[in-house]
Amino acid sequence: MMSMHEWALAEGVVAAVSRIAEEQGLRKVTEVTVRIGELQQVDREILIFAIDQLRSPIMRDAKIIVEEAPARLRCRVCGHTWRFNPRGLEEDVSEAIHFIPEVAHAYLTCPNCGSPDFEVLEGRGIWLASVKGLRGDG
Amino acid sequence: MADPRLELIDRRLSTIDRIIAVCSGKGGVGKSVVASTMALLLSRRGLKVGLLDLDFTCPATHIILGVGDAMPEEERGLIPPEVNGLEYMSLIYYTAGRPTPLRGVDISNAIVELLSITRWGRLNHLIVDMPPGLGDATLELLRLIPGMEFLIVTTPSRVAFQTVRRLIELLRHLDRRIIGVVENMVMESSKPIRGEVEALSLRYLGSIPFDPGLEEALGDAEALLETRFAEALEGVVSALLPD
Repeated sequence: MMSMHEWALAEGVVAAVSRIAEEQGLRKVTEVTVRIGELQQVDREILIFAIDQLRSPIMRDAKIIVEEAPARLRCRVCGHTWRFNPRGLEEDVSEAIHFIPEVAHAYLTCPNCGSPDFEVLEGRGIWLASVKGLRGDG
Repeated sequence: MADPRLELIDRRLSTIDRIIAVCSGKGGVGKSVVASTMALLLSRRGLKVGLLDLDFTCPATHIILGVGDAMPEEERGLIPPEVNGLEYMSLIYYTAGRPTPLRGVDISNAIVELLSITRWGRLNHLIVDMPPGLGDATLELLRLIPGMEFLIVTTPSRVAFQTVRRLIELLRHLDRRIIGVVENMVMESSKPIRGEVEALSLRYLGSIPFDPGLEEALGDAEALLETRFAEALEGVVSALLPD
């Protein structure tokens, strides 16, 4: 299950890196850091593999770092804060949240008061955290 | 630093000739049934058509079209299934019919996610069923899809038209293309709306009579296309297309 969605996300990462490299006048990208949120349950290994396969020439030798962020949720009604735990979710629910993390609001409720009105404090989805590289002739 | 999903949206929509949002300032004017039936009518004319339901908290097009248990195929993103000849995409595939309460930030995020992972085929038209009003979904699409066109639905009610007038004002201020205004659920000829629309120098696309037989046909695309409602909507569809 859930294997090919990472390719769509990897495609976005590679396109964003290329755009940023161009904007910043980089001739070579040396390091790319991507953050993935626990809520979306992106498969780290598949994501790295997909980015590796899709690399554009400017990032050919770049080191790819993928950091995982825990998903922390906060109830907007009672203020309770908790960590999302994908264990115990049905496979189709887990997969639905994987595709569109917001559908979590159809399945999860605050463990304290039962409200579905919660916010994702951190660890929602994918984020390009940094792009490092070399400018000009240096 | 950057949201990688935003890089993909133009690419994902690049296979589509025209993206048409069916919208209104007001709820309950028949946007979803206009959007669904229009998509079917365009498809019946031999065009390749997609339908995207962005009314996340109150989706309806799946009921109107009788979507059943179709599911997107996962292939480097999501490939929408074909439903009654339409490429059909909605959050309903993933919510199992449960209530899905979403705040603005969630609506924005879900729209970005859906637009960035949905892989549409080669389409002549993508019809987008919008939630009512000038809220998050409308603002998000104005931001993400500058080339989108707008087809506005009203009823003969002045209440509905006043909300539509504000929507038109916003779209004009932003220099967006408004195809015209459809007057739905007309019970007796109502010159005021036609006059109001024309006074705004907009195209009055047609008057759709209130059709008591429509409710019975919901959920069955073939029956839907046989209604007086669909017959009246043919004129609107013709107005969308070049001669």
